[in-house]
Amino acid sequence: MDLNFTKEENAFRDEVRDFFRKNVPADTKKKLIEGRKLDKADIVNWQRILNKKGWAVPNWPKEYGGTGWTAVQKYIFLEELQRAPAPDPLPFGVSMVGPVIAAFGNEQQKKHFLPRIANIDDWWCQGFSEPGAGSDLAGLSTKAVREGDHWIINGQKTWTTLAQYADWIFVLARTDFKAKKQEGISFILCDMKTPGITVRPIQLIDGGKEVNEVFFDNVKVPYENLVGQENRGWDYAKFLLGNERTGIARVGISKERIRRLKELAKLELSGGKPMMEDPRFRAKISQIEVELKALEMTQMRVVAAEGKRRDNKPDPASSILKIKGSEIQQTITDLLMEVVGPFALPFADEDDAGSNELPVGPDYAGPLAPNYFNYRKVSIYGGSNEIQKNIIAKAILGL
Amino acid sequence: MDFEFSEEQQLLKDSIEGLLGDKYGFEQRKKILESADGWSREIWKQFAELGILGLPFAEEHGGIGGGPVETMIVMETIGKALVLEPYLPTVVLAGGFIRHFGTDAQKNKYLPQIAEGKITGAFAHTERQSRYDLFDVKTTAKASGNGFTLDGAKSVVLNGDQADFIIVTARISGNPRDKDGLGLFIVDAKANGVSRRGYRTVDGLTAAEIQLSGVKVEADAVIGKPGTAYPLIEQIVDDGIAALCGEAVGVFSSLTESTTDYLRTRKQFGVNIGSFQVLQHRNVEMLIAAEQAKSMTFLATMMVNETNAVERRKTMAAAKTQIGRSAQFVGEQAIQLHGGIGMTMELKVGHWFKRATAIDIQFGDADYHLEQFGNMGGFETAAQGKE
Repeated sequence: MDLNFTKEENAFRDEVRDFFRKNVPADTKKKLIEGRKLDKADIVNWQRILNKKGWAVPNWPKEYGGTGWTAVQKYIFLEELQRAPAPDPLPFGVSMVGPVIAAFGNEQQKKHFLPRIANIDDWWCQGFSEPGAGSDLAGLSTKAVREGDHWIINGQKTWTTLAQYADWIFVLARTDFKAKKQEGISFILCDMKTPGITVRPIQLIDGGKEVNEVFFDNVKVPYENLVGQENRGWDYAKFLLGNERTGIARVGISKERIRRLKELAKLELSGGKPMMEDPRFRAKISQIEVELKALEMTQMRVVAAEGKRRDNKPDPASSILKIKGSEIQQTITDLLMEVVGPFALPFADEDDAGSNELPVGPDYAGPLAPNYFNYRKVSIYGGSNEIQKNIIAKAILGL
Repeated sequence: MDFEFSEEQQLLKDSIEGLLGDKYGFEQRKKILESADGWSREIWKQFAELGILGLPFAEEHGGIGGGPVETMIVMETIGKALVLEPYLPTVVLAGGFIRHFGTDAQKNKYLPQIAEGKITGAFAHTERQSRYDLFDVKTTAKASGNGFTLDGAKSVVLNGDQADFIIVTARISGNPRDKDGLGLFIVDAKANGVSRRGYRTVDGLTAAEIQLSGVKVEADAVIGKPGTAYPLIEQIVDDGIAALCGEAVGVFSSLTESTTDYLRTRKQFGVNIGSFQVLQHRNVEMLIAAEQAKSMTFLATMMVNETNAVERRKTMAAAKTQIGRSAQFVGEQAIQLHGGIGMTMELKVGHWFKRATAIDIQFGDADYHLEQFGNMGGFETAAQGKE
């Protein structure tokens, strides 16, 4: 047993840390620290910095730009990225559709799409969830019917994150209406400019509009935009969701948020003394720090085991990372809201950019309550925590 | 980064599991529990033969030179089998003081005898008023002749009733809650002025209230430099915490697994109750709490020899907090999911629950260590200057 990184791994960590320190744009970093939303340019710009360095798509096969890093190196990279803080790479291309195309797409799809994903020349969004298909994703009803050289797609997707910026969407659609529900689904790529696609933003409880409904009304898509085989889309979706769990614990982000929390708890007063000296508030911070350290160690155990696994299946223990990681993130946003007391109340509309109105109270208070509301999502997306518990009950406990 | 055991460590695990598998079944343990001593000299002898009573000691003192990982392995097995024999007080605590800080003469006198299973020890520190603060000592040590005279009372001393030698903390100088001025003394349990009242703890272990009235100790029975014992006490308590964490891992995994087994076999409404989602999720939450505790145990084990005392103490406080929280959750849920049968002494689950509860309390409960952890500043430092 040894918890230390090797000499080479330490050198790698120093290299990565140094790169992030020098290359994360100051304005982007400031937004992340303050908990403000990034805009499209922030995300694209950062992705291109990573791409230039050759670090845009570490998890991809080497021939398509992957780095060939070990599980431990990938872990170090992500931890350092989150610690910097630097933006998480946009998942829809890099972590979702990219690996699916690399594994199941044809040569032309690989050649065309993969380099454009790595550089965000195309912004991708995810067409999975539907009003009637959330946790029971295989129950989706969007249809794709073949007509000659084309698919005709009809239906509705929802919770489509940042679809307002998207150039392309990958869609799960039903293509065999007689088969078992998992066996009649195909994975199809659609240009967002195709006639018949409408995007309607949904305002969330934080006041922002990061998700959308996407409507498909007789959308005509070339047949060749099918990925892999017809009616095998569910397999590809499962593969994709497995990849999505990489880094889901978000330990680095939570550490960075705790440093921010402690900073604000020194500035904010309670009973005439800094919140940090309030025993009850400090106990809350301490409790979350303990849980985060335990989660970090659990993540290291999963990563160390991953390096030794021969199969490519996700470790069911990663469901533990998802559950604890999301709970911890949520608690931290709660404490960050609590720390500013009544100044959590004034609503600062971030979408109202360019407003000249002065913030009410401390300038750091504005995003804290919206972030608390927004982070309720982390225990819902990527397979809700209840679904994760079903997975653990079945795959680990054998119940 | 590697969480696997070496071949030798795996061998150690297999051999102690083998012994306890043979000799420490539920009924066998029940007999030991109901015996007058509350633990078995016969089992103790076999521990000695296996080499684990000298596990952390140097070879020249009859030991096998094992490290914290080896201790963790033994303690985890002890937790699974709910071993009643005084391994922690003898080998980790009393033996630990002598191993770490004793003179050559002290090591030669005590360690080989411990390793051979001939003597057991105890660490007498807690007092009526001290709760979990390690510096809160009222028992006094007054210089007399070339040694000291001890007066005071110690509480809830594990194995205190049967130990052959007792490591006693006492105040040489200063006020009752000063960190300076403490001394450590090796006291023969049969010495004049030592009186003991033995009893069982809630988890079936043995302990004692110990009265010290004019107990004379010679200079050669003093551990370390008189008056500077505090950091030594911290180190040994940290060893104890790391070991307890290991034991807790065994207890928690047993509670979780036995509950899973019960859910798989217990039928109500014509089906296994494990088919009910509400029970599945509760069992999963137990697993998560047990795994988080295991993760912190690995960290505590790797940090127990850290020379930076603040970093070490901080990690131990964090680990003990996690262990305490997990103990309460896993233990209570195990009883709840077993239903009525979990309330009885007839199933091991209740015994594990009681041990889990005691583990939380021993060396300070979760709330105590959480406060200590906060007082030491936690793991993360505040970001520099708001942007």
